[in-house]
Amino acid sequence: MTAIRTGGRPARAGTPGKKRGGPRRKVGLLGRNPLGLLFSAPYLVFVLLVFAYPLVYAFWIAFHDFFFAAPGAQVDRPFVGLDNFVAAFSDPAVIRSFGNVGIFLLINVPLTVVLALVLATALNKVVRFRGFLRVSYYVPYVTASVAVVGVWLFLFSGSGLVNQLLGPLAPDPSWLISETWAMPTIAIFVTWKQLGFYILLYLAALQNVPKELYESASTDGAGAIRSFFSVTVPGVRPATVLVLLVSTVTGANLFTEPYLLTGGGGPNGASASPVLIMYQKGLQQGQPDIASAIGVVLVLLVLIIAFLQNRFAGERD
Amino acid sequence: MSRKSERRMTRAATLSDTKMSRGQTVLRGVVLGLGALVFLFPFYYMVIGSLQTKPDPTVAGAFPNPANLTFDNYVAIDERINLWTGLVNSGIFTAGVLLGTLVFGMLAGYALAQLQWRGRGVTFALALLVQVVPFQLLMIPLYVLIARDYGLSDNYVGMILPYFINSAAVVIFRQYFLQLPKELFEAARIDGASELALLWRIAIPLVRPALITVVLLTFIGPWNEFLWPFLITKDAALQPLAVSLANYISNVAASAANPFGATLAGAVVLAAPVVVLFIIVQRYFISTDIGSSVKG
Repeated sequence: MTAIRTGGRPARAGTPGKKRGGPRRKVGLLGRNPLGLLFSAPYLVFVLLVFAYPLVYAFWIAFHDFFFAAPGAQVDRPFVGLDNFVAAFSDPAVIRSFGNVGIFLLINVPLTVVLALVLATALNKVVRFRGFLRVSYYVPYVTASVAVVGVWLFLFSGSGLVNQLLGPLAPDPSWLISETWAMPTIAIFVTWKQLGFYILLYLAALQNVPKELYESASTDGAGAIRSFFSVTVPGVRPATVLVLLVSTVTGANLFTEPYLLTGGGGPNGASASPVLIMYQKGLQQGQPDIASAIGVVLVLLVLIIAFLQNRFAGERD
Repeated sequence: MSRKSERRMTRAATLSDTKMSRGQTVLRGVVLGLGALVFLFPFYYMVIGSLQTKPDPTVAGAFPNPANLTFDNYVAIDERINLWTGLVNSGIFTAGVLLGTLVFGMLAGYALAQLQWRGRGVTFALALLVQVVPFQLLMIPLYVLIARDYGLSDNYVGMILPYFINSAAVVIFRQYFLQLPKELFEAARIDGASELALLWRIAIPLVRPALITVVLLTFIGPWNEFLWPFLITKDAALQPLAVSLANYISNVAASAANPFGATLAGAVVLAAPVVVLFIIVQRYFISTDIGSSVKG
């Protein structure tokens, strides 16, 4: 959300030149350098073809009786109003998947914000081993989910290393096949996998917190903990809003992890995500209209959550 | 901010911290060390596990045991999913995206930063907006369009198309080109240089270190991507390694002799190129670059 807001400014800064007129003979219909449009044309075509048109199409599909037909075949796809939404949400599996992603976000988002900020603050002050620490923190983020899922399957299997270490404390049934633990384990996995990216964002934000604030806090007798809460936390608030937004969107996009870690959202759909259900319904069972309806609701929910986050965590002025 | 000044600030911070108690420094070291262990251990365990003749999930199994070491798992996974084909397909997918992003993304980034033209603001807003459109909403219509209407399933073009130009890279390019002084370009323009010549001879050489960040960011997208190539490729001969390995995990592993060993061997092959590339270029991979791009 911040991205869009800050993005608006340069756009407006571009227009005064046109209003002023400038050297008249130079400013044509397409601006002073029409070549800019030519340079951007491939990208604009790409955005229209791969984002704008499919986006409109997604809404269209959700409100019509849509099914897969042979290419070129003329078929009737009548407008059905909210029928697809009703059909989607009278399925308990769909409701459950939304609940699951809710559990996921409740664990993943706060954990991500706290751990990323604490580790970034510590990393920001360290001098020795800085390169090594940076590499080790970012490595899970740059590695394919499919690859690290393999290790987690090994680590969290019934007789895996984690349970060996826990001994009698190991949950039974084990992590990934337990209805209680499957979703939290996935949430922890994604937190671990993505944390490097958020540490990176916080490290960037920490460079913009004025050092004088720390000095005056220290003069006022504030300790390290006190200045963390009264200088660092408010100082990186814009980054926190961004981390909340990105981690929420990433969480709502959850697919690979339940597909592979828990064998397609098991046990009994306890870890099925909405995107997994969209894949199953839309592409495996041939109901793209119902899948699109789920997608539309999911995106609307994400927008509402993002709005609330921006409202409550964003700047107050 | 440059790396050097970042380091200078760190040093300044540490100097002012000399007042800080020794206990706090130790605590920080412990937190960071534990963090590094948690982040790195699964990778170490991936390599160890991929070399075990028999999977050993006990604590002792976390240490290399010469009696239990083998390369058989790499042979086993290669027999089932053909690692080489997977690597080549991942490479083609990634190279296509890199090509599109470096050519067309850079042109757009340059136009957004250095040229005045009508529609510039809208284009920049689009580049930001595209990044917040969640893929899950586009999954169904893109599949209908690309696989059904255009008949591009099991085809590299269909695989590459939705990722062809990375919008985050466009924004990063714009950010870099924006930092170059306008006068430089005005002077060359008066001398009669074409815009393409300006981009090629002046702008690109000046932002060369920054290109590495963009290449790395663009590289990890398609190389690691699972959902889209999984939807669009059913033919095993065209599947990127992430897809064929995932298929092995979800379908074949249950019937294999040492499923964990073979899975981990495949995971090592999938992860190694990115991890090696990242370690090589990490000193150019500077936090502020990414931060500025994401914030616009």
